[in-house]
Amino acid sequence: MMGEVDCGAPAIEAFGLRKVYGSGDTEVLAVSDVSLRVERGEVVALLGPSGAGKTTLLLAIGLISRPTSGRIEIGGVPVMDGARPLVNLAAFRRRHLGFVFQKANLIPFLSARENVQVALEINDVPARLARRRALDLLEYLGMADRARYLPEALSGGQQQRVAVARALANGPSLVLADEPTAALDSQRGRQVMELFAKVAHERGAGVVVVTHDHRSLDVFDRAFEMEDGRLCAPDSTRQRPGVTT
Amino acid sequence: MNLAIRDIRHNGGRFALTAVGVGLLLMIVMGMGGIYRGLIREATLLVDKIGADLWIVQGGTRGPFAEVSRIPADLEDRARGVPGVASAQRFVSHTIQREHRGRRLRLVVQGLGWPEDRGDWLPLVAGRPLGQAHYEMIADRSLGLALGEELKLGKDAYRVVGLTKGMTGTAGDGLGFFSASDAAAIQFDVPGEATRLERQARRARAEALDVGQVSPLLLERAAGPASGIPALAPPRVSAVTVTLQAGVDAARVAATFATWPDITVYTHRQQVDLLLSGMVDRSRRQLGLFRALLIVISTIIMALIIYTLTLDKVHDIALLKLIGARNRVVVGLILQQSLLIGALGYGLAYWLGKFAFPLFPRLVVVEQGDLLALAGIVLAISVVASLLGIGKAMSVEPGKVLA
Repeated sequence: MMGEVDCGAPAIEAFGLRKVYGSGDTEVLAVSDVSLRVERGEVVALLGPSGAGKTTLLLAIGLISRPTSGRIEIGGVPVMDGARPLVNLAAFRRRHLGFVFQKANLIPFLSARENVQVALEINDVPARLARRRALDLLEYLGMADRARYLPEALSGGQQQRVAVARALANGPSLVLADEPTAALDSQRGRQVMELFAKVAHERGAGVVVVTHDHRSLDVFDRAFEMEDGRLCAPDSTRQRPGVTT
Repeated sequence: MNLAIRDIRHNGGRFALTAVGVGLLLMIVMGMGGIYRGLIREATLLVDKIGADLWIVQGGTRGPFAEVSRIPADLEDRARGVPGVASAQRFVSHTIQREHRGRRLRLVVQGLGWPEDRGDWLPLVAGRPLGQAHYEMIADRSLGLALGEELKLGKDAYRVVGLTKGMTGTAGDGLGFFSASDAAAIQFDVPGEATRLERQARRARAEALDVGQVSPLLLERAAGPASGIPALAPPRVSAVTVTLQAGVDAARVAATFATWPDITVYTHRQQVDLLLSGMVDRSRRQLGLFRALLIVISTIIMALIIYTLTLDKVHDIALLKLIGARNRVVVGLILQQSLLIGALGYGLAYWLGKFAFPLFPRLVVVEQGDLLALAGIVLAISVVASLLGIGKAMSVEPGKVLA
């Protein structure tokens, strides 16, 4: 089953998400009753100390790790009901989600352009069109002149730009980023954060960024704090109407 | 976009080394099959080249290729008298080992039925067939003898007048063709002292008998050459080969010979079967077993190589899965690389074999059918070998990207 996303619906809505690892004495509650709504065109930060459950939450809403309970809707399409998938998760990720990680995770044997192109071809975009779109995206992100370079020949910041281009390749409803600036210096880190804001505002994707970097918080529309698996109230100064926790 | 090719291009050196390793392994598999074929060809070469329809051998034996066979040389005359027989020739064949020019020389002495058979049927690459009844020979090139060179065997020296190529005996030793009488002389050559002792012994035995005392002429002959003693048997040969007239049923003529109690007759097909089921059989089976083991070993090694290559790509595979790649993309990546390694290894094995196999001490025959069969086996090996890697890839979780 593959639902079509509604362009007017929020990028993501999560209801009462819980994630429990282990059982009995070894049971760990990683995410506890988290509800979250991110609109399209909105860029949101998830803050919190290590072990707070940020990445676990990101993996759950990214349909990589199944929650123990709760519901997830992406673009108005119900995708998870507890641990039960309501859609083909791989296909849904392919078409509607984009990911960026702390490390760029580029495929080392593909050039910058091919790293973007592969995401498009996986989504059945014909090779020639995929190539053109990949080049367009790299140009949009200021990487056109590095399109032929292998990842090993790119700086950390450049690699992250390529990773962002790959995440945007299929016009996702939602882009999820896990500490994407952790391996970058402050200047390049800020550039990447600004890139996410640009992507959200210009391309209409919802962007959720897990970060420790408080210096770039001004880039985000809202910032949530996570602690012990719970999502705390957002930074009031940045909260917009219609957004709930 | 072909991910397998791009990965290979990026890791060209390692991939090339892997392909070379697999290629060498497959070359051994290919060579083993070639040795197997060579063994059969060497075993049946002489019988096929002689092309006789029937082989007459010592009664109750399986012929000179399986055991000692001794029949009187004049049996060829008896054979010629059988209806349907076009020609009959003595067959003398034995292996000798001598020192020549300071090195070991193993040679199959092969008799030709001079004057009818001068070796015109031999595949000569230099020189000519035998031109006289004695002291000439045709040597196979593998013996290392040169045209015009003289080889001393027994009391006589034989001049090489012709050279053949690829004429080897069942054990892979080069063939030397002599007139049948020269071949017999080489076979039965004994030192002069031994001859003198034998003559004295014969005379002593004759003197002890009544017949020796009443017939002084017999005593004189006993002390002379063996050929001068009428009571002694005529020269012995290993077999007599028979060629039939055109259109004659070999089974019918063989049935006639089969009524002779002192000999056993085999058709060409039976002689070939005796060779293959006799002396070659164990070697053939051993080679077949060894070949099968090598194929299993190749499969295991290739599987481990593909598995290792897959392990190296676990992170990339996880990423591909994370961005929603279908299983067939990941399976294709691994399977295509496995097939490419197999194909490159096979090509390399063939190419290397072309240079290496002629240097092998035994004949290596690589036939088209065997090449095709091996290609099929390599294809199967590549697919089977990739299963381990595919299994690993399928078990990779997308979340591994974060690890």
